[in-house]
Amino acid sequence: MENPKVSRRIFMLTSGGGAAALATSSLTPAHAAQPVAQLAPGATTLKYPRRAVGKASAMPVNQAVSFSYPDASSPCYAIRMGTPVPGGVGPNKDIVAYSGMCTHMGCPVAYDPGTRTFKCGCHFSVFDPENSGQMVCGQATEDLPQVLLEYDARSDSLQAVAINGLLYGRQSNVL
Amino acid sequence: MTTEIRDRIALPTKDAQKTNMTCHFCIVGCGYHVYKWDANREGGRAPGDNALGVDFRKQVPPMALTMTPAMTNTITDRSGKRWNIMVVPDKECVVNSGLSSTRGGKMGSYMYSADGIGKERLKTPRIFRGSEWLDTNWSEALAIYAGVTKKILDTDGPSGVMFDCFDHGGAGGGFENTWGTGKLMFSALKTPMVRIHNRPAYNSECHATREMGIGELNNSYEDAEVADCILATGCNPYETQTNYFLNHWVPNLSGGTADKKKKWFQGETTAAAKLIVVDPRRTSTIAIAEQIAGKENVLHLDLEPGTDTALFNTLFTYVVDQGWHDKAFIAQHTSGFDDAVKTNRMSLEDGAKVTGLSVDKIKQAAEWAYKPKASGHRPRTMHPYEKGIIWGNDNYVIQSALVSLVIATQNVGRRGTGVVRMGGHQEGYTRPPYPGDKKIYIDQEVIQGRGLMYTIWGTNPFQTTNNAEQHRAVLTRRANIVREAMVKARGADVAAMVDVIYDACKNKGGLFVVGINLYPTKLAEAAQLLLPAAQPGEMNLTSMNGERRLRLSERFMDPPGSARPDCLIAADIANTLKALYTQAGNAKMAAQFDGFDWKTEEDAFNDGFRQAGRPGVSAIDSQGGSTGYLATYELLRKAGNNGVQLPIKEVKDGKLIGTEMIYADGKFDTKDGKAAFKPAPWNGLPKPVAAQKEKHKFWINNGRANEVWQTAYHDQYNEQVRGRYPMAYLEMNPDDAKASGVAAGDVVEVFNDYGSTYAMVYPTKSIKQGQTFMLFGYFNGTAGHVTSDWTDRNVIPYYKGAWASIRRVGTLADYKATVSFKDRHFA
Repeated sequence: MENPKVSRRIFMLTSGGGAAALATSSLTPAHAAQPVAQLAPGATTLKYPRRAVGKASAMPVNQAVSFSYPDASSPCYAIRMGTPVPGGVGPNKDIVAYSGMCTHMGCPVAYDPGTRTFKCGCHFSVFDPENSGQMVCGQATEDLPQVLLEYDARSDSLQAVAINGLLYGRQSNVL
Repeated sequence: MTTEIRDRIALPTKDAQKTNMTCHFCIVGCGYHVYKWDANREGGRAPGDNALGVDFRKQVPPMALTMTPAMTNTITDRSGKRWNIMVVPDKECVVNSGLSSTRGGKMGSYMYSADGIGKERLKTPRIFRGSEWLDTNWSEALAIYAGVTKKILDTDGPSGVMFDCFDHGGAGGGFENTWGTGKLMFSALKTPMVRIHNRPAYNSECHATREMGIGELNNSYEDAEVADCILATGCNPYETQTNYFLNHWVPNLSGGTADKKKKWFQGETTAAAKLIVVDPRRTSTIAIAEQIAGKENVLHLDLEPGTDTALFNTLFTYVVDQGWHDKAFIAQHTSGFDDAVKTNRMSLEDGAKVTGLSVDKIKQAAEWAYKPKASGHRPRTMHPYEKGIIWGNDNYVIQSALVSLVIATQNVGRRGTGVVRMGGHQEGYTRPPYPGDKKIYIDQEVIQGRGLMYTIWGTNPFQTTNNAEQHRAVLTRRANIVREAMVKARGADVAAMVDVIYDACKNKGGLFVVGINLYPTKLAEAAQLLLPAAQPGEMNLTSMNGERRLRLSERFMDPPGSARPDCLIAADIANTLKALYTQAGNAKMAAQFDGFDWKTEEDAFNDGFRQAGRPGVSAIDSQGGSTGYLATYELLRKAGNNGVQLPIKEVKDGKLIGTEMIYADGKFDTKDGKAAFKPAPWNGLPKPVAAQKEKHKFWINNGRANEVWQTAYHDQYNEQVRGRYPMAYLEMNPDDAKASGVAAGDVVEVFNDYGSTYAMVYPTKSIKQGQTFMLFGYFNGTAGHVTSDWTDRNVIPYYKGAWASIRRVGTLADYKATVSFKDRHFA
């Protein structure tokens, strides 16, 4: 469903196509029927899956690497910033990951390596991956949800383990 | 507080109560729905199992909704029952079509809950005794308030009783509350010693345009969708009228309204709108507009600060010299054209010299906005404006120059045009006429030691007035005289306390300061009495937006503690005074306080808004005009978030029918019905301002930011906002910052001959050298401290006219670590 007042042309012009050197993940839900995560008595955290994101040493600096988490219909990006940042993991504590959906209305955010920010072309919100996803300016009421990563030094592997903040378009981060 | 879980929320149950809410905050007044349901239940994820009708079993696609944790809350009513609430934007509302802004999207979390963002709300009256704030009840608070008031009225007359009071709509305003307070101040107390929330006197922000016969809200938001050109002066709508911009300007800038334009204006050349922005600063609106429309369709007239009058006079002269003015319209529907051509004449060369703009740029603007189109029709150019003019270099003169240009080109009364305020708060004005014949500079009265009692009602002059440092210092000193006297009055009953307070005011130079507000605010540092007020949702409240759209925000919860709607507080004060006068056997004075026997806010609405212009009723100045009586709460409830555009024409089949465009008939609000040109010769900078400019290196431009509403009265308690801007930020050119030895996140002192304050440095390439921009009205760093006491002829301040020096204070490690200093502009 698209807001009729923001034309498709503008939507494409300002969001997916231009700035970032990466393709945004498919916007349509990849699947509908994930098993429903039940909160067990005694638990206050959702049961997040662990999912491999990649090898830390293989990650290019200042480029967004696409993956999905916690399921295929939630696009995310991991970035190696090059210098240590809050929540950063990896040998240099500089790798962070965020939801690829703007918390305002779920449009794809694109990473702009020039300004080192995520930008949403629908209503022009800007988020800072080097500051826990803080909204720099824009219409969202929440910062960009941060995907919590774990780094295993022996295998140099990154794993997504949870999300801080509610993903757009969900009652719960785990479907 | 319990563990805060932010990765899931409760959905409204299918049977949740659903009510209408117009956003509390900016003038646009986006429509929202409030869902309220038992806190022990939640809706299911299947579309049939939740009130939103959305399938949450799978990822919801983009643009389908906005539903965030900030839109939810759990409230407790006075019986102790807990409810979940969710406040989400209304897709059917023609204002916002389901969009929410970062301000309105937080309404849910700004409703009161004991451990929520609103936990600092005033819940009971408070009195400052024995050097501390103490809770008291309404009975004692009202007895002291009315007792001191009566003593002043009896001994010194109404001029001893001063007010600083809201006159707007939305939260802290509305037709109910402007009427309640207005009736108390103007027809009961009869005091002229009143100022308005954002300026130091009782005056309009739009004197000139009104005198010229043109009210400042004369078109519809839809007109921005069909304009050929938008010439926007001193406004930044992406940040301050967000969904008006996103939902009505953007579609036109992108060419998305081409079909509508063809249909409406048959035979006329139509294209995507061009945008001209008059502003010394490159704003986020400009950056975004360039993305949408292409740079070639956006013209930034980055004039020298304070030179708007010169620009409009130059455009006016050039348009007339080119013959692009509308001669037939001028002859039939206006007066004073020939004189204005003479007085306002300014050549392109002179205009370019004063404004710092190139002749080519000025010509380009004139061609876009006024040169007849290929079809031979005059372009439909809308002229929105806001604080760049209103708080600019001589409000009265700039408006005279702008509106003269507009009427010469008939850019009012036609669809796709309008010369309109963008607005700050929503509107909601219904009051008896002001009981005075001149404008009184109330801040100066305070500073000069006049007045005995000062009620500061829904406002915060410590953060939002000009020459604010001196005003605050004197007010606090005078208030402390009363505080000290009250401390010594141990064991004093109400009568004795009234005498103590009065004596401190009358004989010792003191000032009895009463705050009526949602929160204690900074006023708590000076006042002696605080009374708790209610906000929309806790009361029924009507307001109108920037296209005069009247809506009813419905009550769905109790106010905290014993907080009351402002109109009912006004009634309580009046009724207490009436009882005191009756008791004293003074029937004449008691009668002055008649007519406040209201039980509900609807009673106040019916007494004010719906009585204006009715036969046999005393004069009422009302934005509803003489047809306001047609609007009942019942009809407004039915009209929902689309409401009705004032003035109301009729009620047809149980539906309110309103007015989209004012002056479509060519009849203006002057005695002869003709729009009046006004002489507005270019007058340079006022002397006190020019003196500061001479002495100090930086222009301290100041204004609002997208993420912060007004004085941050709610936002300062919200970590999402406070964490973003822990202190008022100061945009500086990176080269200026370097030369001043400061970097992002450093704190600087900003100072001039009027005052001093602190700000957090935010370097940005988009601001010119020698210029800065400071967040206005903030709780930590007050831009008003460096604004002069100069005002225009109607006592409108020149907030933007501040020049100051900057001194590095030092680094706050915390700011550097937690605040993003990346470019706030999208591009």
